[in-house]
Amino acid sequence: MTKKTKDEILYDHNHDGIDRRGFLKCMAWAGAGTLCVMQGGVLKSFALNRPPDPGAAAAKGELSFVQISDSHMGFNKPANTDVAGTLQAAVDKINGLSTPPEFLLHTGDISHLSKPEEFDHVDQILKSTGKQTFFVPGEHDVLNDDGQQFRERYGKGSKGSGWYSFDQKGVHFVGLVNVMNLKAGGLGSLGHDQLEWLEDDVQHLKSSTPIVVFAHIPLWSVYPEWGWGTEDSAQALGYLKKFGSVTVLNGHIHQTMQKVEGNVTFHTAASTAFPQPEPGKAPSPGPMAVPAEQLRSYLGITNVNYVQGHHALAVVDSKLG
Amino acid sequence: MRVRVCIPRLAVPLLVAAILLFAGARASFVNAQQAPATMEVKIDNFSFGPAAITVPVGTTVAWTNRDDIPHTVVSDDKVFKSKVLDTDEKFSYTFTKPGTYPYFCSVHPKMTGKVIVQ
Repeated sequence: MTKKTKDEILYDHNHDGIDRRGFLKCMAWAGAGTLCVMQGGVLKSFALNRPPDPGAAAAKGELSFVQISDSHMGFNKPANTDVAGTLQAAVDKINGLSTPPEFLLHTGDISHLSKPEEFDHVDQILKSTGKQTFFVPGEHDVLNDDGQQFRERYGKGSKGSGWYSFDQKGVHFVGLVNVMNLKAGGLGSLGHDQLEWLEDDVQHLKSSTPIVVFAHIPLWSVYPEWGWGTEDSAQALGYLKKFGSVTVLNGHIHQTMQKVEGNVTFHTAASTAFPQPEPGKAPSPGPMAVPAEQLRSYLGITNVNYVQGHHALAVVDSKLG
Repeated sequence: MRVRVCIPRLAVPLLVAAILLFAGARASFVNAQQAPATMEVKIDNFSFGPAAITVPVGTTVAWTNRDDIPHTVVSDDKVFKSKVLDTDEKFSYTFTKPGTYPYFCSVHPKMTGKVIVQ
């Protein structure tokens, strides 16, 4: 064994190439725009402008994608009067990545008022990435029409209110909808039909298949007082218990937050439009106005990297400015 | 035989006054029926204010969204449902039957309110 560097894994309890200290250290770097990649069982970090050699990565079956969220096209209040501009800044950042993503995930609240021109505008801005975007709706995308317009635009091949799954480089992706049929006083909700579908969808997958679940409202209890949670997510997570690597990507709360629970890594993305207060730090979870020159530091994209053969996906947030 | 009817001196003015009073009362009763009360509920900071109100039958409740985020007003029992209300947009509903009408914002379901109609 070569001399220990500060990045080397010291205590690999789960034998999955990552220890808690290494993971937490990596997450602490995330705010500075660091890419953490599992290579050969060691968690290595790279500044976002100097990622690992893409050639070598492709040979190992590496998968890289970007999550964006909460673009709220159509919002024009003081917290951000130019959400199109900040979405464009996010796209510029994506286009500037040395390792281009294979595709994008948008975890919802694409539009602010479910208006056709709002969806059109987002589509137009995302076009310049040249990548496919997979969407799940936020509550702002299904106003007035129970999500019909959303499904017509983004729900090809989806079931029910818009859930679906797909595979990329051995990773199984599941897009869930938890913003429909919300009950008074309640939280996000997946519903019986969707849960049944999910159970069936993952039943025959090998437990070594890495799973990425993406949905708008957090699938863990971030702050129920503000509706930041999903009532029946425990059942969904129960169906995923057998898998060695589960990554849950959410939006809705307009700030980055992560939690690791056994084999499951939960992560929420920043918005590309406006920030919201931390749980309980304000009377309500509405748009949080910050000094103009600081706005972009509260917005961001999330870069996710997977190296075949290694469990945990590296999830890294970077700010827009 | 001629019958003399004795009408007191003040009778006519009293009678006129009585008629006017009755007419006036009748008019205000009619007015009350033609112009029912309107109750305002403000939506702000992810809450309905006042969250619980009690109103007489026939009242029109008017919700105005003063928040910087859109909200809706949806009855738990599907009695009424607004379209999405952006900032400064309004929704009204006239309650013609007594009862308790809990409602919530279907976009942010933690926001709840109640109209009691008596």
